Amino acid sequence: MRKLLTLLFLATLLGVAAGCGGDDDEPAADEATPTGAVDTGAAEPDPCAPEELTLVTDGTLTIGTDNPAFPPWFQDAEGAPWDPTTEPTQQGYEAAVAYAVAEELGFSDDEVEWVVVPFAASFRPGPKDFDFDINQISYVPARDEAVDFSDSYYDVEQAVVVLKNSEFASASSLADLADAKLGAQVGTTSYDAIVNTIQPDQDPSVYDRNDDAVNALRNGQIDGIVVDYPTSLFITAVQAPNATPVGRLPAEGQEYFGLVFEEGNPLRDCVNAAIASLRDSGALDEIAQEWIEGSAPPILE
Amino acid sequence: MTATGRVRSTLIALASTVVFAVVAVLVITNAPGWPAVKQSFFNREVFRESLEVIPEAFVLNVKIFLVAEVFILVVALGIAILRSLPGPVFFPLRALAVVYADLFRGVPTILVIYLLGFGVPALQISGVPNDELFWGTVALILVYSAYVSEVYRAGIESVHPSQEAAARSLGLSQAKALRFVVLPQAVRRVVPPLLNDFIGLQKDTALVALLGPVEAFRQSQIEVASTFNYTPYVVTAIIFILLTIPLARLTDWLVARDRRRQLAAGGAR
Repeated sequence: MRKLLTLLFLATLLGVAAGCGGDDDEPAADEATPTGAVDTGAAEPDPCAPEELTLVTDGTLTIGTDNPAFPPWFQDAEGAPWDPTTEPTQQGYEAAVAYAVAEELGFSDDEVEWVVVPFAASFRPGPKDFDFDINQISYVPARDEAVDFSDSYYDVEQAVVVLKNSEFASASSLADLADAKLGAQVGTTSYDAIVNTIQPDQDPSVYDRNDDAVNALRNGQIDGIVVDYPTSLFITAVQAPNATPVGRLPAEGQEYFGLVFEEGNPLRDCVNAAIASLRDSGALDEIAQEWIEGSAPPILE
Repeated sequence: MTATGRVRSTLIALASTVVFAVVAVLVITNAPGWPAVKQSFFNREVFRESLEVIPEAFVLNVKIFLVAEVFILVVALGIAILRSLPGPVFFPLRALAVVYADLFRGVPTILVIYLLGFGVPALQISGVPNDELFWGTVALILVYSAYVSEVYRAGIESVHPSQEAAARSLGLSQAKALRFVVLPQAVRRVVPPLLNDFIGLQKDTALVALLGPVEAFRQSQIEVASTFNYTPYVVTAIIFILLTIPLARLTDWLVARDRRRQLAAGGAR
């Protein structure tokens, strides 16, 4: 009896294996279909017309960002951080850029839908539930292997934020920051800037979120934090009024924010054309002037 | 069981294991997303690079663990003893021990770390350290002492009251009966659950990273972010497992030894 049971058990296992082996032919067939559709689309006169694009939802441009989305990138009518699950907003730099790109592609404002995409989920392997994600994601060649980036919609500089009453508030060079205990959010180019550009004597502190770094700064647990310059404006205006951006860092190569697409999404070429057109017409500069203003601190050498 | 019977059951176990492993591997490697997963989670090059930095950061986890463990053993025992104190006079102390255990077992560890690590330094009391590593370790000690105190208490209560009665009748004071008769038996019995909690503690040292220190998990996050590849997480998982397995086997060995000794003593407890 036991022998029989054992045989049954083994047979069942093998059956499962065979079943799974058969299954994986189907997705391969599925993959072929969209590719074929895109090829046909490319043969049409305007592959970037809204009706020709392969979108998450037909006729709708689905854009992802994190929740909440902070000024100066997104803000609601009252100027507070925006929740993407509420009424859409066109206020803030990224909101304005997203709608300008949508308009260039031929989508009306009503045809733009927003989905919440946490930063870390934006580069998870596999299919995406957004057409593109706009969330201050810096282009890094290694990141480009997991997802696709558009051309720059914002060129970024890093800034050092310190408490106004600290000894580092008068720093005028990178050498002045050598003794500082600095902090940054994990996985950001800000962290890289501390390690590669400032090269302080103490190991930097690393946080899950910028909010935590700001808290540590306010508590005096660290002397300064490094964030991108537009974020430093928000931090010093809202989160830590007793702090100030003491200086910007020399640009390391060409750091910029790009829109993120699922790997191989042909929509990217159309969006790149839209961004180029916005840049040439000066529209992008105008949006930057409107949302990211203020007198910038000096570049520290 | 006959010798052939043993051989047969070993063979069946072996065959079953092999078939099961083959099926598991086939299912995973034939999944449509396997090439992407392999590239993202099991990238050989990233693996090698991670091994250069993550073990170094793991030293911090071990330090936090060792320091916290010593304090937890002492604090938790103190709380367990408070809770076991007899008589109405000690009610406030017993109540305090109960509240403590309820509070720190109830609040998620991650919140305790946040509240202590960012909250206490924000008070700006002079003389109170604002070092994040200090408060992260204190938070772990507080939380795990609550768990471990319950483990101790279970041990103390498992010692039959007749043991204490016998000790008192021999002229030992209540404190001495606890110290020389009850506790030695209690602690022996709870060694496995104690070590179980310490395995949990080992893993939770990663939570201290919330406050800024770069330990193994944080270092792996940094690597993941710079490569957009999840292999460093796998490396960190392996390192944690490598530390946990010896502890688990040690527990097994201690339990087996204890049982052998009790059996040798004729089953007396």
